[in-house]
Formats: sequence, structure tokens, C-alpha cells
Amino acid sequence: MRNFLIILFCLPFLASAQDTVEGMVMESNPDNKHLGLPGANVYWEGSPIGTMTKEDGTFSIPYSKEYNKLIISFVGFKSDTLTIDEPKMVHHWLKPSNELDEVVVEQKKEAVQKTFFSAQNVVTVNSAELLKAACCNLSESFETNPAIDVNFNDALTGTKQIEMLGLTSPYLLITQENIPMVRGASQAFGLTFTPGTWVESIQITKGAGSVVNGYESISGQINTELQKPLTDAPIFVNGYANLNGRLELNTHLNTKLSDKWSTGLFVHGNRRDSEVDNNDDNFLDMPLSNQVNIMNRWQYQNPETGWVSFFNVRYLNDEKQVGETGFNPETDKFTTNAWGSEIDTERFDGSVKLGYVFPDLPFQSFGFQASYSHHAQDSYFGFNTYDIDHESVYSNLLFNSIIGNTKHKFKTGISFAYDGYDELVNGTIFTRSDRSAGAFFEYSYTNLEKLSLTAGARFDTHNRLGNFFTPRLHLRYTPWENGSFRGSFGLGRRAANIFAENQRMFASSRTIQLNGNGGNIYGFDAEKAVNYGVSFIQKFKLFDRPGDFSVDFYRTDFENQIVVDWENPREVVFSNLDGDSYANSLQVELNHRVLPNVEVRTAYKFYDVKTEYQTGLLQKPLQAKHRFFTNIGYNTEPKENGAQWRFDYTFNLLGEQRLPSTAANPAEYRLGDFADGYSLMNTQITKVFSNKFEVYVGGENLTNFRQYNAVLGADDPFGDYFDTTIVYAPIFGRMLYMGFRFKI
Amino acid sequence: MMIKRIAILAVMFVSVVGMAQDKNKKMTFEVDGKCEMCKMRIEKAALGVTGVKYATWDIPTHQLSLVMDEGKTNSMEIKSAIAAVGHDTKELKATQEAYDAVHPCCKYREDNTDDSANHKKDNR
Repeated sequence: MRNFLIILFCLPFLASAQDTVEGMVMESNPDNKHLGLPGANVYWEGSPIGTMTKEDGTFSIPYSKEYNKLIISFVGFKSDTLTIDEPKMVHHWLKPSNELDEVVVEQKKEAVQKTFFSAQNVVTVNSAELLKAACCNLSESFETNPAIDVNFNDALTGTKQIEMLGLTSPYLLITQENIPMVRGASQAFGLTFTPGTWVESIQITKGAGSVVNGYESISGQINTELQKPLTDAPIFVNGYANLNGRLELNTHLNTKLSDKWSTGLFVHGNRRDSEVDNNDDNFLDMPLSNQVNIMNRWQYQNPETGWVSFFNVRYLNDEKQVGETGFNPETDKFTTNAWGSEIDTERFDGSVKLGYVFPDLPFQSFGFQASYSHHAQDSYFGFNTYDIDHESVYSNLLFNSIIGNTKHKFKTGISFAYDGYDELVNGTIFTRSDRSAGAFFEYSYTNLEKLSLTAGARFDTHNRLGNFFTPRLHLRYTPWENGSFRGSFGLGRRAANIFAENQRMFASSRTIQLNGNGGNIYGFDAEKAVNYGVSFIQKFKLFDRPGDFSVDFYRTDFENQIVVDWENPREVVFSNLDGDSYANSLQVELNHRVLPNVEVRTAYKFYDVKTEYQTGLLQKPLQAKHRFFTNIGYNTEPKENGAQWRFDYTFNLLGEQRLPSTAANPAEYRLGDFADGYSLMNTQITKVFSNKFEVYVGGENLTNFRQYNAVLGADDPFGDYFDTTIVYAPIFGRMLYMGFRFKI
Repeated sequence: MMIKRIAILAVMFVSVVGMAQDKNKKMTFEVDGKCEMCKMRIEKAALGVTGVKYATWDIPTHQLSLVMDEGKTNSMEIKSAIAAVGHDTKELKATQEAYDAVHPCCKYREDNTDDSANHKKDNR
């Protein structure tokens, strides 16, 4: 017994006490000087025993008979294995792994990157692409990208509506740095509240998105990454002016406060105070407007501890005035002197993001996001008034790790959201508060080569939508080199904010009818849809220059939808879906760098979107079934200091669009059943003088194509036939602009 | 006496635990290769070994960084798996057969420059 004890007692000390290998690891040099390498790894091959060299390069490691291969390694040096059969002193010089100091290999980064390996169908638009058009704001950032369609949706404000897969933006989840952004009260104008220069990149996901960001996305997701104080230029100034009297100024100031903290101040202002009525219908073609938008960002990064953080505050004030020329709000508001409208928005956002990557486990991390926003819009349209106050809180806690190894990853977490709405619609008060809590789990698998899969699910409990389950599935299979098939499937649901999303109806004489069924969102049920689709992409080289061909087909099927029926020109009717509603979309795209500096992109899009209205199953109004898109970009070779010319040209061809029925109107206020197809061209020329300074000029709608009857009943805006909602083409004609960008 | 024995046993037990195998052992060693395709082949081979949780091969430095569970595997096992797909490490050279099987553009023994620019597996 005693002997046994002694043996046991000694065992642990055998390995750690007497026998050690000591020595010094040094950087090899011609004279074999003793230049100690601190932090080099020294370990026994195949054992759990290892150590690191100290400041002076010395080390000490226990010796045991079981192991005789001592490995010495250090990043940037060639690893060496020494055979050691007895405890002794070791002096070892490591050789640099490559004698070259530094090799910089630059590869031209494409401005639009299509995913190839991710399971989801994502297109990334980076800042180079965003510079191709003047992109005053986010709603105009998609003009050179075929995945998104830009429509003109109201004759008054000229606000561009975006569509994906044939569905309007409420069915898209629009996020800013993965925090839901353009929703609720900001649905109509929210995209115009992010200045273009603030945008660093945009990720467009077609089809059902990830469950991590919630249950609301139905047709897709658009995520915007903003400029980061750490990487944005210390000083950036952009000025813009167009011939319609719109002036913009963007200033970014970024500074590094310490090796961990950076901060940035982003200031945007725009105004238009000249009245433009090119089509002589007595109505402004573009609103008089004034916007101040200020954001302050703080960024914290500590690579040693693995913490990263962002903190943002933003204040926005936006004022628009539209209506008849010569309308003076002070004397004409709520009178029949002249028809006019004002839309004033004040918004405050605050958000915080915290991220932690486990220093020893590069595959494991925590993330926390929280945001608060308060959005207040006061507006009137002739005699109609619409005020909305929307307070929103969102938070998401996320944990990323692996199962076994990095081929199997998972994300899981919980989220909480609150939305408080307070609306005043022509004197009627609508208040609503939405609260939801949810938990999600997403598993992703990749075999690193041919197959990847993402399967996610979330369960939410919502005070109005009830308790529900949202599954999402994405698959990617690469059968041969550079060709990928993808499939996706997902459910989504949302509470439609019928007034905020359809504000243009207030600028008409239509009566608003709510044919609810007693559901708990304005008397309606939640919208619910399933989206599924397949896509194929093939990259190729032709004449030794890259290109890609892709085709995708998606379908969205609504189980319930709040149908907005414009088919009777006297009214706009809201009701729950009774029958079918679906959207089929097909896109074929071919891109190629036809010459060393010339990129050509072409796309054909087909939409078959039908909904059961009161008058039957009809094609969605104001949407072209066929669209064709071409974009050509040409850059001269940049000189040493970055100087170059950049040319960009975009051509859009839209097929005929069905118009909502105006048959019930008197002849002079009738439109046809269809609007003819038309084409639009935009171009921009940029002269880059150096990496610091560039100037651009451009034109939109070069062929000056216009819709002349955009305002029905413009001659009698207080009469029964006044309607500004039927817009299928630009109202203002050719628009020329110029601007500069300066950065230090 | 009994108490003493227990105490001694406890002390010994603790020191044995101190020598226990690390579930998340970080390790770095050199693997020969040159391009994006090599990177994929090496990482795939390493991750194919039970107990390897994370593997990233850096093209310019040729260093493979690993996180592994020492209870399930050791570096020699990983190096064997890498040699089996045709990539050399300091201790283990791939057989001629395995080396011949790699893609022609990956022939790092003839020329082990960083060739990632010409052979992008655009992993986006």
C-alpha cells in the first residue's frame, strides 16, 4: 500500500519536476547572433505538452520518454522538428518562411459580387458600384442593379419605390447593419433617409432570408452597411447640384481617438426651393424639400480581448411640400385657394452593437444588438390629414459556434421587439402596440466543396400575430467548376401598416374603405406568405475575361394578404385576401467584361403577379410584366495617383403596364387599360483627378420620356376625379446633375 | 492517517487533471502548397480528422492554424491526413501517388510561390 502510494505520488512529478528541456529560440541571422524570438510555440509532437518562448526567447518544457520530437514554430518562420532523446539545452535558429519581405498582389475587385459559395442567393454591391450613379440616397442606389426594380409610385413626392421578385418594399426586410430599419412609419420614405455617401456596401438577398433577422422578410432582404469611422476617410466632402434646383452636401469627419476607439460625424443636408412644373399641369413635378440628417458613430475594437462595439445616434428632420405651384401653406392650407400638401418627418435613432469573439476559439462568438427609434410624421394632403408616431425597440442576442468542427456551424439566440403606433387619419385615432419575443436556431453545413445548406427555424410569440413557427431552408450544390445550383424555401409574416404603406392614397379624392373582418390589426389579419425558388449561376471565362450567366425563378404564395384594391377610381378598398395571390418572377442575367476595361451587364426579367381583387383575379397594376436592363461601364486605366475617367451607362426597357380601371370616370378623366412600354437611359461620367478629388456629371432619363397625365383631375383638385396615384413613368423629364467628391 | 491519505490522493488527482488533455488546443505548423485550391484541399483534409474543430491555411505563410481536441487526435494524425491528399509537411511527405493526384496548377514542389492570384476559388 505504501509503495503504491509513493509511486502514485511521484507520477505527476516525474513529468514536471526534474526532467526539462530548456533552451532559446532565435531568429536566424548571418552572424548567428542571439536574437531571441518571443512567443514562438515549442511543443512535443503528438503530446498535450507545449509552451511558448518568453520575452528573451528562452523556454523550458518538461521532458518525458514518450515523446522525442520537439516542434518549434512561429508564424512567418519555417517550423522545425528536433529529435531529442534526453533532457538537454537547445539553441535553435528559425529561418523566415519566405525570404521576401512583402509581396502585394492586387486583384481587381468586382463592383458587384455574386455569391457562389453561400447557400443564400446574395448579391453584394460595394462602394465602387454605388459611385456609378449619383445615389443621393439609398432608394436611388439600385439603379444599376437588376436584382431590384425601381418604380415611380406617386406623382407628388416623386419617391421611388423599390420592388423585388415583383413585390413592393413592405415585403422586403430592409435592415441597416442587420437591424430592421425601413418599416412601419418609415416604410414610404425611409429609403430616402439614408444618404448615399453613408453607404459602404449593400447585400441583397433574394428569396427568404435568414431567421436570425426575424420573421418579416417574405421576398428578400436588403442589408446596408454604413461607413465605419475606422476605415472611412478622415475628411470627406461631397457636393451635388441638379438642374431642377436640388442641392446636397455631405460631410464626413472621422477620427481615431486611441488604438481602440474611433468616432465619426456624418452630416447631410439637401434642399430644393425652386418650383418646377415642366408638364404644365399646374402641379409641382418634384417636391420642395429640405432635409437635415446627422449621425454620430462610435466604434470600439480590441483584438486582444476579442471585443468589438458600435454605438450610433442619428437625428433627421425632413420637410416636403407638394401640390399646386404657388401653393402657400400659410394662407392656403385647408382652403380651396390651391391644393397643397406638406409632409414633415422628425426621426431619432439610437443603436448599439456588441460583439465578442472568444480569443482562443476563432469560430465562437457572441453578438448583441439593440436599437431604439422614434419616428414622427405630420402631414396633410389637401383636406386629408395623416399623422403617425411610431416608437420602436428592437434587440437581438446571438451566439455562434460549431458542432464538432467548422463544417457544422450554428447560430442561436433570442430577440425582442416592441412597436408602438399612434396614428391620426382624418380625425380618427388608431393606436396599436405590438410586442413580440422569439427564439431562433440556425444550422449550417458545408462540405467545403460541393454542398452547403442552411436550415433555420424560429418560434415567436406576438401579441397580435399569435404564436407561430417560421422555418427557412437554403441549399447550394456545385456539380461542376464554377456552376452552382441554389434552392430556398421560407415562410414569412407581418402586420401590414395599411396607412403608412399606402400614403399616396391621401393625395386623391378616393374614399378609403376598410373591409376588415374584425382581426386585430386595423381589423385585418396578419399577412402570411410562403416563398420558394431556385437559381443557377455559371461563371465563365471568355477571351480570358470573366463573365457570369445566371437564371433564377422565385414564387411567392400568399396565404393571407391585405389586398389594396384600386380598381374603382372613386375609392381604395382594403380587405383580407379572398382567393389567390401570387408573384412569379424569372430573371436571366448575363454579365461579361467584353474588353479589358469594359463591363457589360444585361438582364431580362419577367413578372407574373396576380391577386384576387373585387373584380376578379387581375395582374398587379402599375407593374411591367417584361423588363430588360443593360449597364455598360468603362474605366480608363488608373494612373499612379489614381487619376482616371469612368463612364457608366444604364438602359432600362419596360413593357406595357396594366393600369387600375378608370372606366367609371367621365371620359376626360379616363386612362387606357394599359400604359405603353417605354425606355429610360441614365449616364454618368466621372473624372478622377487623384485619390483625393473627383468630379462627376450625369443625366437621368436622357430621352426625356414623361407621363403627361400623372395627375388626373389636375384642373379640379377638389373635385371627385382628382387622383395622383396612377403613375407608371417619370413625371419630370431629363435631369442633369453634377457633383464632386473630396477626401483626405 | 486516513484523512492524510485522502488529502494526498486529492492533491495528486488535481495535479493529474492539470496535465489533462486540452479540448481546444491551438496549434500551428507549416504545410506546403501554393494556391486557393490547395487551401481548400488542406483545410478539408484537416477538418476531416475527428477532433479537429477549426483549420485555416494561410497562403503566403503556408501556416496551418488549428484548434483541436487533444483527447481525440494529435498533430501526426492530421499531418497524415494532409499527406494523404498530396501535401507535404516537415515530418511527413506525401507519396508520389498522392502528389500526382493534385491539380496540375497546385504542383508546389516545382514552385511554391503564392499563386493565389491566378487560382481564385472565390469564396464569397
